[in-house]
Amino acid sequence: MSDKKPISSVNDFVVRFANVNGSGSASANEMFARAILRHGVPVSPRNIFPSNIQGLPTWYEVRVTEAGHLGARGGVDMMVAMNPQTWDKDVAGIEPGGYLFYDSTKPMPSTKFRDDITVIGVPLTAITNSTYTDPRQRQLFKNIIYLGSLSALLDMDPKLIEQLIGEQYKGKEKLLSSNVHALHLGRDWALQNLKCPIGLRVKKSDKVGDRIFIEGNSAAALGAVYGGATVCAWYPITPSSSVAEAFTAHCKKFRHDPETGKAKYAIVQGEDELASIGIVIGASWNGARAFTATSGPGISLMTEFIGLSYFAEIPAVIMNIQRAGPSTGMPTRTQQCDIIACAYASHGDTKHVLLFPEDPAEAFEFAAAAFDLAERLQTTIFLMLDLDIGMNHRLCRPLKWDDSKQYDRGKVMTTEMLEEGRDFGRYLDVDGDGIPYRTYPGTHPTKGSYFTRGTSRDRYARYSEEGSVYADNMQRLVRKFETAQDLVPRPLQANAERPTKYGVIYFGSTSPAMDEAIGMLEARGHQLDRLRIRAFPFHSSVASFLAEHDFVYVVEQNRDSQLRQLIVNENGIDPVRLVPIVHYDGSPITARYIAKAIGDHQDHLKVTPLRKAVS
Amino acid sequence: MTYIAKPKFHHPGLKKNELGYTHRDYEGKISTLCAGCGHDSITASIIEACYELSIEPHRVAKISGIGCSSKTPDYFLGNSHGFNSVHGRMPSVLTGANLANRDLIYLGVSGDGDSASIGFGQFAHSIRRGVNMTYIVENNGVYGLTKGQFSATADRGSKSKKGVTNTDNAIDLVAIALQLGATFVARSFSGDKAQLVPLIAAAIGHKGASFIDVISPCIAFNNHAGSTKSFDYVREHNDAVNRLDVLVGRDPIAVDYAPGTVQVVEQHDGSKIALRKIDADYDPHDRLGAQTFLARHAAKGQIVTGLLYVDPDAEDLHSHLNTVETPLNTLEADTLCPGSAALDKFNASLR
Repeated sequence: MSDKKPISSVNDFVVRFANVNGSGSASANEMFARAILRHGVPVSPRNIFPSNIQGLPTWYEVRVTEAGHLGARGGVDMMVAMNPQTWDKDVAGIEPGGYLFYDSTKPMPSTKFRDDITVIGVPLTAITNSTYTDPRQRQLFKNIIYLGSLSALLDMDPKLIEQLIGEQYKGKEKLLSSNVHALHLGRDWALQNLKCPIGLRVKKSDKVGDRIFIEGNSAAALGAVYGGATVCAWYPITPSSSVAEAFTAHCKKFRHDPETGKAKYAIVQGEDELASIGIVIGASWNGARAFTATSGPGISLMTEFIGLSYFAEIPAVIMNIQRAGPSTGMPTRTQQCDIIACAYASHGDTKHVLLFPEDPAEAFEFAAAAFDLAERLQTTIFLMLDLDIGMNHRLCRPLKWDDSKQYDRGKVMTTEMLEEGRDFGRYLDVDGDGIPYRTYPGTHPTKGSYFTRGTSRDRYARYSEEGSVYADNMQRLVRKFETAQDLVPRPLQANAERPTKYGVIYFGSTSPAMDEAIGMLEARGHQLDRLRIRAFPFHSSVASFLAEHDFVYVVEQNRDSQLRQLIVNENGIDPVRLVPIVHYDGSPITARYIAKAIGDHQDHLKVTPLRKAVS
Repeated sequence: MTYIAKPKFHHPGLKKNELGYTHRDYEGKISTLCAGCGHDSITASIIEACYELSIEPHRVAKISGIGCSSKTPDYFLGNSHGFNSVHGRMPSVLTGANLANRDLIYLGVSGDGDSASIGFGQFAHSIRRGVNMTYIVENNGVYGLTKGQFSATADRGSKSKKGVTNTDNAIDLVAIALQLGATFVARSFSGDKAQLVPLIAAAIGHKGASFIDVISPCIAFNNHAGSTKSFDYVREHNDAVNRLDVLVGRDPIAVDYAPGTVQVVEQHDGSKIALRKIDADYDPHDRLGAQTFLARHAAKGQIVTGLLYVDPDAEDLHSHLNTVETPLNTLEADTLCPGSAALDKFNASLR
């Protein structure tokens, strides 16, 4: 029935599962992704889920990519359509020549299909109902049965899936064998009744290497454990809740005294975000490393305290797992939309340090580093993740830790230093870097105490409303922010093969799509130098990069090109030279999107691709 | 400059406490509140209680929110760290500080605007969690610093200085604290130092969430006829359930001069509270009874003062979280960081 040749591709295709939220599909789908990894083939999975617990549509997309392109690709080569609610849209979304996998128990009118795709029906409900009587079992095993059928259709090694089932149900023999049984029910039915394999195939490779498969939120939480966080206060909000939950799990594993069983950490679920950041600030003021995890609406609520942290100079670490705003926005969709809100959070003149990890491995590193930075700079450090990195499993390099590393607790005046008669002024810039010394409460019976306040005060923390005293302090805070420039992770630059007048700036979760897009653009003859910004304040190399190029594209996932605004504002450069490339529909940005947007602009500039010029 | 330096010299014959500190060692800067402010009397009572308990002054952390009451930590315990935080957020800051170092004494100072209005939620949740603290509300029923607006503890029908009648119902923080599970609940009056000092001392000794509501008339904006938080009104309507003394290994302060029975309560830290009962029926170990008693007297327009409820075996947030005895802020990488070998194993589990 197909008038288009079926897509034929080995280790390079996209499978999308359309399910009903709460039907237990998530673990079967994740097992599908993991099974492909076990074949040595990289995958990049993404959850597309509603703000709902049961009943609404949910999708899980697996990009199979031997080339290792971990960004979203766009388009679907095979749709596993398990949700009648979204059938029409799901079928319409398949690439011409693609495949539709569905439950053929009940006959469907031919109008429900397309002529240009291959339709594969497996009577999943019939198989399930004839095997199981318990409704819950029927529901759960149906997912494993389709996994079995897919393994046959895509030529996957069933042994590798069995191995995964074995690891998942280790010690639960009954569950283990029943899952393996269900897997083979689906697999055998497909082998006996369908042409296997189809054009899409998984072939064993060696492209995964020693990489790990982890969610950014879990990695960031582990970074907090390694970074020495002892206090975590949080309030549930998607997509950040799993940071605190992972921190709890990691602490249970790593942070209990082996003898007494007591906890070397304290986690409090606050009554709201105000309390959460208040607890963090109280704990940090008192010398503990503390953090909170939240998302946009939480940042809005925390801003008064963030201003206090800036002005009274109290360390704090805030992990912001960004989602689409404004207001409640799209709580389960990704964006990089809190750049301005965080960079200048709170009333009055404020500036804050932002870190932009690109993947879970960097989320781990930057999370740990955030605590050193917070204590060194005595201010709030934002770890800017987003839903795409935070809540999806991402293939990334293994996490690394240097055992010789000691924590940088910053400038803390000790009992001994006070005894020696060192001059202690809480807001006194003794080293010229804008960073004063602090003392922990309870340090010395007669020396080093001070009154912390959000009101203006002099260098010795004495209340003052003198204009000159206030300005002196505000200028020191600027000096401190300049010091921060050289302490935060530097931008990474990668130049095109040939010298070019064009550059591109990007950050965070845009990274894998950008890397892939560069290849596409090069294929079209466009040469671009690229700079991945990893922190704010911007290092001087950002200004140099801008000076070296006529036009610089700034690729980001928000409507108002917020990073571009920040660059223009902080570097005082002509905005015309910074071309915004924005993507903000809540889905992760794709290489196709970037390549088209930049390519079109290059064409608009009438840039003759080099290849054409020479040919 | 609006801060005032206080001379450091003092009379050589000043009495010293067990640790050798004089009363002066517990003082702070000179108050910038209005002369005669009830809050200054509370400050004096805090100084007195800390002196009596022979607390090392620098081992107290004083935390407050915003408002007249929240300024007062600058006026006592000058060698302690203080934190004048954000309006209504003292409880969360104190909770965090307490989690970081369980070895200090935490004194939370707040007002009725700070705790009953903007910070009502934080007040409630810090009490619920059983944070080990002494939470004092200096309650004058009015926003003093912004010149006389009603607060949420102002009684319905009471009149502001401008003659406006309050039509909203009042929040009784003591009743709420009892309901939320505070393990030490008391009310007193700033003008009654004899009652207030031992209450503060007992609250400091209590391991758990101690709450004291101190009616503290605002002489500038809430001390007129028609106010229910004025000196005259409170004196006339005060109904003390008990008087108490705190015995910390020293001779009790004349336990036997008041009428009624005496009941000694031993707290977790070993200190003893001697309750001289004025109302023979009053049992301070009965939460439900305290709630009923309070409601009954409120209906009669009486302000009940004294120790309303105490659970001498209370647990605090650290017990609930099962945290180590060592303060968390002293732990370093050697105990906090699992190291590279553990990380290699973790990596291996993710392939």
